[in-house]
Amino acid sequence: MKLFKIRGGVHPEGRKELAAKQSIETPPLPHLLHIPLQQHIGATASPAVRRGQRVAKGDLLAAGQGTISAPVHAPTSGRIMGVGSYPAHHASGLSVPTITLQPDGEDRWSDRIQGVEDPFSLDAEAIAARVDAAGIVGLGGATFPSAVKLNLRRKFRLQTLVINGSECEPYLTCDDRLMCEQPDAILDGVRIMAHALGVTQLIVGIEDNKPEAIAAMTVAAAGSDPAIRIAPLPSRYPMGSEKHLVQTLTGRETPARGLTADIGIVVHNPATAFAVHQALRYGYPLVSRVVTVSGGAIARPGNLRVLLGTRVQDLLDHCGGLTEEPVRLISGGPMMGQPLPSTRVPMVKGSNGLLALSASETRRRAPMPCIRCASCVQACPCGLVPLEMAAQIRVGNLETAVGLGLMDCIGCGSCAYVCPGHIPLVQFFNYAKGEMATRGRAKQKQTETKRLAEQRTARLEALKRAKREAMARRKREAAAKQKAEAAALAAKPAREAEQTLTET
Amino acid sequence: MRIESPAAQAGPFAHQPVSIPRTMGLVMLALLPATLFGLWQFGWPAVYLFLVTVTAALLAEALCLRIAGKPVRPFLMDGSALLTGWLLALTLPPWAPWWIGLVGSLIAIVIAKQVFGGIGQNLFNPAMVARVALLIAFPLEMTSFVTPAPLFAGHAPDPLEALAITFGGQGIDAFSGATLLGQVRTELGQGHDLTAILPGLFAPLSGALGTVTGSLGETSALLILLGGLFLLAKRVITWQVPVAMLGTIALLAAGMHLYDPAAYAGPIYHLVSGATLLGAFFIATDLVTSPVSARGRLIFGAGCGLLVYVIRTWTAYPEGVAFAVLLMNASTPLIDHYVKPRIYGRDRKGRPIESGDDAQVRP
Ligand code: SF4
Ligand code: SF4
Repeated sequence: MKLFKIRGGVHPEGRKELAAKQSIETPPLPHLLHIPLQQHIGATASPAVRRGQRVAKGDLLAAGQGTISAPVHAPTSGRIMGVGSYPAHHASGLSVPTITLQPDGEDRWSDRIQGVEDPFSLDAEAIAARVDAAGIVGLGGATFPSAVKLNLRRKFRLQTLVINGSECEPYLTCDDRLMCEQPDAILDGVRIMAHALGVTQLIVGIEDNKPEAIAAMTVAAAGSDPAIRIAPLPSRYPMGSEKHLVQTLTGRETPARGLTADIGIVVHNPATAFAVHQALRYGYPLVSRVVTVSGGAIARPGNLRVLLGTRVQDLLDHCGGLTEEPVRLISGGPMMGQPLPSTRVPMVKGSNGLLALSASETRRRAPMPCIRCASCVQACPCGLVPLEMAAQIRVGNLETAVGLGLMDCIGCGSCAYVCPGHIPLVQFFNYAKGEMATRGRAKQKQTETKRLAEQRTARLEALKRAKREAMARRKREAAAKQKAEAAALAAKPAREAEQTLTET
Repeated sequence: MRIESPAAQAGPFAHQPVSIPRTMGLVMLALLPATLFGLWQFGWPAVYLFLVTVTAALLAEALCLRIAGKPVRPFLMDGSALLTGWLLALTLPPWAPWWIGLVGSLIAIVIAKQVFGGIGQNLFNPAMVARVALLIAFPLEMTSFVTPAPLFAGHAPDPLEALAITFGGQGIDAFSGATLLGQVRTELGQGHDLTAILPGLFAPLSGALGTVTGSLGETSALLILLGGLFLLAKRVITWQVPVAMLGTIALLAAGMHLYDPAAYAGPIYHLVSGATLLGAFFIATDLVTSPVSARGRLIFGAGCGLLVYVIRTWTAYPEGVAFAVLLMNASTPLIDHYVKPRIYGRDRKGRPIESGDDAQVRP
């Protein structure tokens, strides 16, 4: 298949050999599961269970709220220990709404679970509804509710579904393993999604450092649907960036600030396709995911099918513990993953990797001044000039940085990866993006407040005016009455009039 | 478990094995063959001058850092001051007195680099600022060249005699020579025909090997080219500046040579003589003072080439690399402002690109 060139990118050390040959294994049931109510982009799910309640595997724990949200299900059967808060799977370590479940050891599926005989007989709405009900979100790490993405056909004219099997982050091998071990199930999910999207072109892009996965998927594709094309991609970070993947495969560039749907293409992850297959064929909601546990400090790196809510510590224990004190504990890959504050936090839908990195792997050095070497400019896949944006942010000119394209930065970290000055460029960009978002919200709030204030003044004005008018009316009426009375008075005998007056 | 304050840190948590000292080290490694050749060919006085220049650069850097209250060790160890002194030494007449090296290094480090704010902040290439300042202030010392007198050759000064030359201000008349560019300029000034005189003055082979009169480290075109290719292979520099600069010089020289061979020398002459190659691979490519975008670098390189040719051909100076680079350094901010890479999903003007007709948004 013809591929197209994209600009920039880097070749980080893959380090995938640590876990690439390890088949997906299922660790024993943990003693406790901490299931956060927000494991997706969008509104937090609202709890549907009480403390002490018994639940079966797959029962609804919390229901999605609003259009962009996702429900959360019981990863195993057991008893609800609490509906409260627990440290988040996030660098901040702040507590977030979480349901704690004590497994009963039976791992018994709910009897309400039911698959569909023929998913292809369902219409698009019904498929999206089932995907929504199963709590499926983008498992590549973006965690955007998949059903919303399946509904994009309402707004866009779509023609292609791209499956992002590039897995360009170093260390991670969970998609690789899944494609090796479950190619038929993945392709079934792909076809169901394509059916829902109403697209005819199906492309699965896989980086060529995964020959086994490419082979397995090619065989499976030949057996299921010849329309599915398996495309080996050059191994280059960030191949997995949606827009860059699409450009490599189709040569088409997504407009800035737009979606790939703008050019008729939807991108999903293989693990998401697998989850869709499970949800449609068997009715299983998303209660587990494959996670790569790896890094120089892990005794036995591997790929685990992890129940959502399992604590990080449980995974480390299962992998033989730590061989040395890691300098970094990371959720996701080393390029775009985030540091975890402790081993107590639970695994969530979006966590595709758990890395314990030793100092020789992170290669951290103290930052030096920028020497304008332009390595970052060459590396940036988005055509930005990172050194200049960072320099502007450093002196507080956030608006200038935005003018230089800050909001087009995908945060891939290629620039920081190659910087000989070890300047934390992404940290600058994240700070500035956050700050701009805050300002945007503040501004919005300001306009909102102003609008409300204006409304209130208008209301008060109206009220006053109404009062004045009412008063004027009463006066007029009173005057009219007086006049009428006076007239009547004139007509009546004086004595009577006197009486009337004293009576009033 | 002890984990460094995670909340404040963003990725990536892996890094290419690169650092500023490594970058500077690679440049010095690339300079090493040409430098050793120069030191050998011009003997002990050159060795002394080289040592004085780099030592002065390091001391000046340390002093400035101390005064500015910056940590001395990490900045001194980044290798940039050493490289500046080194480059400056390569562009000096090999038997120049010691104070030329000292004053040059002081100008380079203090005025051209630290006054601007230290590493990465300077607008102009420090070594070239020093060279131009020296040339204007001490024209005699800066244009007194010698014919090669290799180390250990019979007629070459021994270490003691060399001390007298470098530190004692002894005359060097017995060895004095003129650079090719200087000679040609003189002859042309006297109205001689280039086609007649050039074969006697210029042998492309010795010019390429470097066994000719010239600055300490500029003579061996081959070894400099070797170093430059090494830097390209190691991705310390990119091809745009050298190719654009050399290409422009070659084109102009070829054009003018065709127009009038008696007055204008051909491209080979310009490419191998003087500081052309050192300039194209090591000076114009200086990371700090050249543009950051690929297209910007093409413009910058072409500008350098044009100016080198113009200065050599039509001004009072026989050599123009230093002036050319400084002039282009001054335009780097302008180039960087106007010439940027195209942002993904946008056209060159920064507007979002059209999404095409086969996938319009549904009404
Ligand atoms: S890579 Fe680092 S040192 Fe080089 S220009 Fe970019 S920010 Fe500056
Ligand atoms: S993090 Fe942003 S600026 Fe840096 S390489 Fe990626 S897209 Fe470019």
